[in-house]
Amino acid sequence: MKSSIRIGAAQGFWGDRVDAPLDLARHGRCDYLMLDYLAEVTMSILQRQKLKDPSLGYAKDFPGVAAGLAPYLEKGLKVLTNAGGVNPEACAEAVAAALKRAGMAHVKVGVVTGDDILAHLDPLLASGESLKNMESGEPLTGVLDRVVSANVYFGAAPLVEALAQGAQVVVAGRVTDTALTLAPMVHEFGWSMEDYGLIAAGTVAGHIMECGAQASGGNFAAAWEEVPDMARIGYPVAEAYPDGTFVITKPEDLGGLVSLATVKEQILYELGDPRRYISPDCVIDFTTIRLDADGPNRVKVSGVVGGPPTETYKVSVAYRDGWKASGTLTYTWPDALKKARKAAEILEARFAHLGLQFEEVLFEHLGVNACHGPLAKVADESAVNEVVFRVAVRGQDKKSVDAFGYEIAPLILDGPPSVTGFAGGRPKASEIIAYWPALLGKKSVAPAVRIVEA
Amino acid sequence: MATKRTLLLNLAHARSGDKGDTVNVGVIARRPEAYPLLKATLTPERVKAHFEGLCKGKVERFEMDNIGALNFLLHESLGGGGTKSLQTDAQGKTFAAAMLRMEVEAPEELL
Repeated sequence: MKSSIRIGAAQGFWGDRVDAPLDLARHGRCDYLMLDYLAEVTMSILQRQKLKDPSLGYAKDFPGVAAGLAPYLEKGLKVLTNAGGVNPEACAEAVAAALKRAGMAHVKVGVVTGDDILAHLDPLLASGESLKNMESGEPLTGVLDRVVSANVYFGAAPLVEALAQGAQVVVAGRVTDTALTLAPMVHEFGWSMEDYGLIAAGTVAGHIMECGAQASGGNFAAAWEEVPDMARIGYPVAEAYPDGTFVITKPEDLGGLVSLATVKEQILYELGDPRRYISPDCVIDFTTIRLDADGPNRVKVSGVVGGPPTETYKVSVAYRDGWKASGTLTYTWPDALKKARKAAEILEARFAHLGLQFEEVLFEHLGVNACHGPLAKVADESAVNEVVFRVAVRGQDKKSVDAFGYEIAPLILDGPPSVTGFAGGRPKASEIIAYWPALLGKKSVAPAVRIVEA
Repeated sequence: MATKRTLLLNLAHARSGDKGDTVNVGVIARRPEAYPLLKATLTPERVKAHFEGLCKGKVERFEMDNIGALNFLLHESLGGGGTKSLQTDAQGKTFAAAMLRMEVEAPEELL
């Protein structure tokens, strides 16, 4: 058994820096890279791509990224990702093909499937699973005809199985972000999935790593001006030990910062009740986490306590829920805010005149208080030099939302003066794919793992 | 003990994120000595009042003595949340900064 392993977090979401994986491989002395591509909304976007073209539905960047890592794969680097989205098979095959083209056909590519339950919703509901909305309590049957995708969040077990089968690149669909970091530890250190203290520790490591550079100086509220070289920020690395302790660090020769403060901020990111952090693999008490400074850019994490997991998997269902559109105009001094308010009045009168009805209409003043609302006080309105007036609407009727798009540009000639900044054509209605979180009994579904042939 | 009115920004740092229509705001003491003051000052009621107009639901608070931090859940804060929200800050990313605008009374030696 290795005395420690280094796992690099090379991607925090689909859209993150594309050269980060290679930077980490080059500078991070990593045994493993984990790449998280999936946010709640990503699955529905991918599902729509798959509906248009059955060979798509995964993070298209990833096969190229994997091939680019060839020199490091040659030296034994292993890579785990959820880039498979709603089509992990196609993703894994594309990866195997890209590796073959790069002269790396001997690299085994593993694929995890079984998380996609879209085709099984009817039998699952018939068997007594309600898949009710975890927030509203409503049963899924009410939106069933509008469902676009439905995926179970698997834990680390199928990833560990893929590594055990010899996969050097593991492609999954909807596994938890944290499992991508936990699985290498379980595999390398031979941890039992029932040793909940260790499983909890690896999951906490995964939580700190899952948003990439957000643990190593990105989005750092405490002292962002002190973060070195954000243009070449070093993504975080977890140096993990068999006893469940780990050190969060980063490549020495890249930018960024790892400190108690950066790690604390990321521990709190998207956290609910800290005493009950629920993953498919365990339930963790985040109030047991102990942090210690361990030299420059090193934070040691220990003491994590966890217990057995729940009987259910979390399910992420996406369904069509109406349309929205937004547009902006820029008003300048004098009386920039007054003009923006007048524009809002005119638009409301236009909507009434045209009989356009929406579920919600929102007016914002970007540059003034769009984000902080009443907390962003304006001491002297006459001192506001310019404001971006943004208007957004939402409704079930696509025609009305599209008709709204015709009402912005005319304000330039028909409304208050000293206005500019209308470009890019009329706003068009875009369909809202809403998110429906639910639970599903673990016995109702099982992951499958296999090695893909190039 | 002499106290001074100051922004929470000077005593704490914070990060926020979303879960559906709920925003979580983690508030961390810049110095361990400031944590008891945060605990005493940042009651759910105070935070709810601070976010009036932004948070339409209830506010829950959780304590993390181990890292000198408080975690707040601000329910019904994102206009439906996720893809449904029309807000520029549809994911509540800037709620952390909004929290740090709060004015608090603090002993001078903590500043």
